[in-house]
Amino acid sequence: MTNPLICIKRVVDASSEVVLTEDAQGVDGRYAGFTTSAHEECAVEIGVQVASATGGTASVVTLGDADAVEQLRSALAVGCTAATHVVADPQTFGPADVARELAAVVRDHEQAGTPHDLVLLGNDAADSGDFQVGIRLAYELGWPVVNGVSKVSVADGEVTASGDGPDGHETYRLPLPAVVTVLEGGVEPRYPTVPGRMKAKKVEIEERTPVSDPAGPSRVRLVLPPPSPSSVQVLGEGAAAAPAVVDLLEELGVLAR
Amino acid sequence: MIVVLVEVSPAGEAVETSREALTMARELSAAGGGVPIDAVVVGEPAEGLVPALASYGVRRVHALTGGAYDAFAGAAWAAGLLHVRERSGAVVVMAAGTSRGNEVLAHVAARSGVPMAANVLSFGGLSPFTVTRQVVGGAALEEMQLGQRPAVFTVAGHAVQAAPADAPGAGELVVETPDVAPADLVARVVSTDEPEPDLSGTLKSAKVVVGAGRGAGSADGFAEILELTDLLGASLGVSRVVTSLGWRPHHEQVGQTGSRISPDLYIPCGISGAIQHWAGCSSAKAILAINTDPDAPMVTKATHAVIGDLHEVIPAVNEEIRRRRAG
Ligand SMILES: Cc1cc2nc3c(=O)[nH]c(=O)nc-3n(C[C@H](O)[C@H](O)[C@H](O)COP(=O)(O)OP(=O)(O)OC[C@H]3O[C@@H](n4cnc5c(N)ncnc54)[C@H](O)[C@@H]3O)c2cc1C
Ligand SMILES: Nc1ncnc2c1ncn2[C@@H]1O[C@H](COP(=O)(O)O)[C@@H](O)[C@H]1O
Repeated sequence: MTNPLICIKRVVDASSEVVLTEDAQGVDGRYAGFTTSAHEECAVEIGVQVASATGGTASVVTLGDADAVEQLRSALAVGCTAATHVVADPQTFGPADVARELAAVVRDHEQAGTPHDLVLLGNDAADSGDFQVGIRLAYELGWPVVNGVSKVSVADGEVTASGDGPDGHETYRLPLPAVVTVLEGGVEPRYPTVPGRMKAKKVEIEERTPVSDPAGPSRVRLVLPPPSPSSVQVLGEGAAAAPAVVDLLEELGVLAR
Repeated sequence: MIVVLVEVSPAGEAVETSREALTMARELSAAGGGVPIDAVVVGEPAEGLVPALASYGVRRVHALTGGAYDAFAGAAWAAGLLHVRERSGAVVVMAAGTSRGNEVLAHVAARSGVPMAANVLSFGGLSPFTVTRQVVGGAALEEMQLGQRPAVFTVAGHAVQAAPADAPGAGELVVETPDVAPADLVARVVSTDEPEPDLSGTLKSAKVVVGAGRGAGSADGFAEILELTDLLGASLGVSRVVTSLGWRPHHEQVGQTGSRISPDLYIPCGISGAIQHWAGCSSAKAILAINTDPDAPMVTKATHAVIGDLHEVIPAVNEEIRRRRAG
C-alpha cells in the first residue's frame, strides 16, 4: 500500500496578460484567473493511479492563501481523497521555506498514523519557476529524489520512474520512501466527473498554519519585459492568403528547387 | 573562483548551452577582476574536450571519474561539484539551465544551504550580487539577490551567444575521484534506451524551417505541415508542447531547451511564441507566422503573418505552390 502525497500550487494562468501587483512582488491574479500547472496535474494523476494500484490513498497538499482551496478541490474531484492546506501567503515563502513546510506535513501525517512513502511534485512551478522545491524537500526528509520524470509506477515497495534525458529515455528504480518530481506528457490527467465534484465538496480539508516563519524568497522585485514593437505585415486571413504567401516565398527565393 | 558544470554530448563535446554558461561566466569573471573559471565535467574527457574548454577561457578542467559517475545521479554529481568547490573555495557555482543543470544545482544549493536562481538571463551588481531571471514562463522577469556564498545559478538557454575567449585559458586537466556516499547513489539512472543520434544538425543549418505547435491539434495533425516542409525542402521544428505530448521527437524542438535555428525563413504554425520558444528562433531573418490569434506574441514579433486555421491555410498554400510549379 502506497499513500502518495501530491504537492500542488495555485498559480496565475499565464496565458492571459500578466499584470504585476503594486509592490512588484507577485503577479496580480485579479485579471488572470488561477490554475494548477500541467506538471502538477500529471503528478496528481500519477498519485491517484499509484494509490489505486496499491490500495492506498492519494492526498494533496498546498501552501497558499485561502483561495487555494479551489485547487485542492480540483485535485479531490479527480481522485485524491484527503487534502491539507497550509494557509499562508505564498509570495512571502521562498523555495526552502516551502520545502520545510511540506516536510512538516509529511512528518505530522506519519505521527498521526497516515504515513506517505511517496511525495510527488511538479518539476517546476509555473509562476516562480524555481526548479528546486522537490529536491530541497528530499533533503529535509533525508529521502532520495528523482527529478523530471513523466512516468511513475510502484510495486513491491519500489518505485520505477522514467523520462527523457539528454541522451535518451532514462529509467530509475529505487526503494520507497522517495520524492519524485514530474514533467507533463507521460500520463493523461483525467477530467472531473459530476459525482467526483460532489464527493470533493464533502471532503473536510485539514487546515494548518506554517510551522516556522519564512526566511522569504531572495526576490528584489518582478519586472515586465519591455513590449517589443510590432512591425508585422499581415498577408491575409485563412486560405485566401495562400497566393500572397506564395508570392512572399518567391520573393524570398525559397521556392526554387 | 567560478565553477561551471559542463555537460558533454554523447560525441564527447561540450553542449552549446554549457558553452553559453561559460561565456556568461567570463563576463562575470571580468566584472570581478579576472577571477579564474574552472569547468567540471563528468567522466573521462574525450580527445579535444580540454583544449575546446580552454578556448572558452577555462583554467582547469576537473573530470569526475570512478564508478559513482558511470550513470547519472543528481546527488552524486552535486557531491562532485561540491568537492571541487570546497577545495578551490569557489564563490560561484554555475550550470546551463537544462534539466541536468537545474537538477544538479538545486542539489548543490540545498546541500550548501544557499538559494539557487534558475534560468538567469543576466547579472546586475556584484555587491550585493544580483541576477535577473525568467519567471512565469518568461512573461515576467525576477531580480534576485544571491547574497550568500557560493552563489548558485543556472543560465537560461540561448540567453547569451556562446563565443570563445579572446585569450584561451590554461586548460589544465585534473582528474578527480571524490568519495560518493551510498545515499547519493540511490536515485540513479539504471538504464538508458538507445541514445537518439543527434538528428538536430539539419534543423540547425536549414535555410527554411517550418514550425508546428499545439495548434497542430494532435499527432495526426502534421500531414499538411510535413507536405509544406517537403515542398520547400525545409526542416521541421516544433514547440515543447509538441515534444512533451509525444507528437514529435525531441530533436525537432526549437527553443531554450531545444535547438537554436537561424534560417532565412521560419514559418511557425500554431505556435504562440512563448519566450522560451522565441529564444531559439529569434535570429531567423524572416518569420511568417500562421496563427488563429492575431495577438499571439509570435504574430506580433513576426515579419509576416497569416491569421487563420493552419489546417485551412497550409493546404491552400501547398496547392498554390503545386499550381505555380506546374504552370
Ligand atoms: C524552462 C522552460 C524551458 C522551455 N523551453 C522551451 C523550448 O525549448 N521550446 C519551446 O517551444 N517551449 C519551451 N518552453 C515552453 C514554453 O513556455 C511554451 O509553453 C511553449 O513554447 C508553447 O508551445 P505552443 O506555442 O505550441 O503552445 P501554446 O502556447 O498553447 O500555443 C498554441 C498556439 O496555436 C494557436 N492555434 C491553436 N489552434 C490553431 C490552429 N488550428 N491554427 C493556427 N493556430 C492555432 C493558438 O492561437 C496559440 O497561439 C519552456 C518552458 C520552460 C518553463
Ligand atoms: N506553495 C506550494 N505549495 C505546494 N507545493 C508547492 C508550492 N510551491 C511549489 N510547490 C511544488 O514544488 C514544485 C516545484 O516548484 P519550484 O521549485 O518553486 O519551481 C511545484 O511544481 C509544486 O509541485
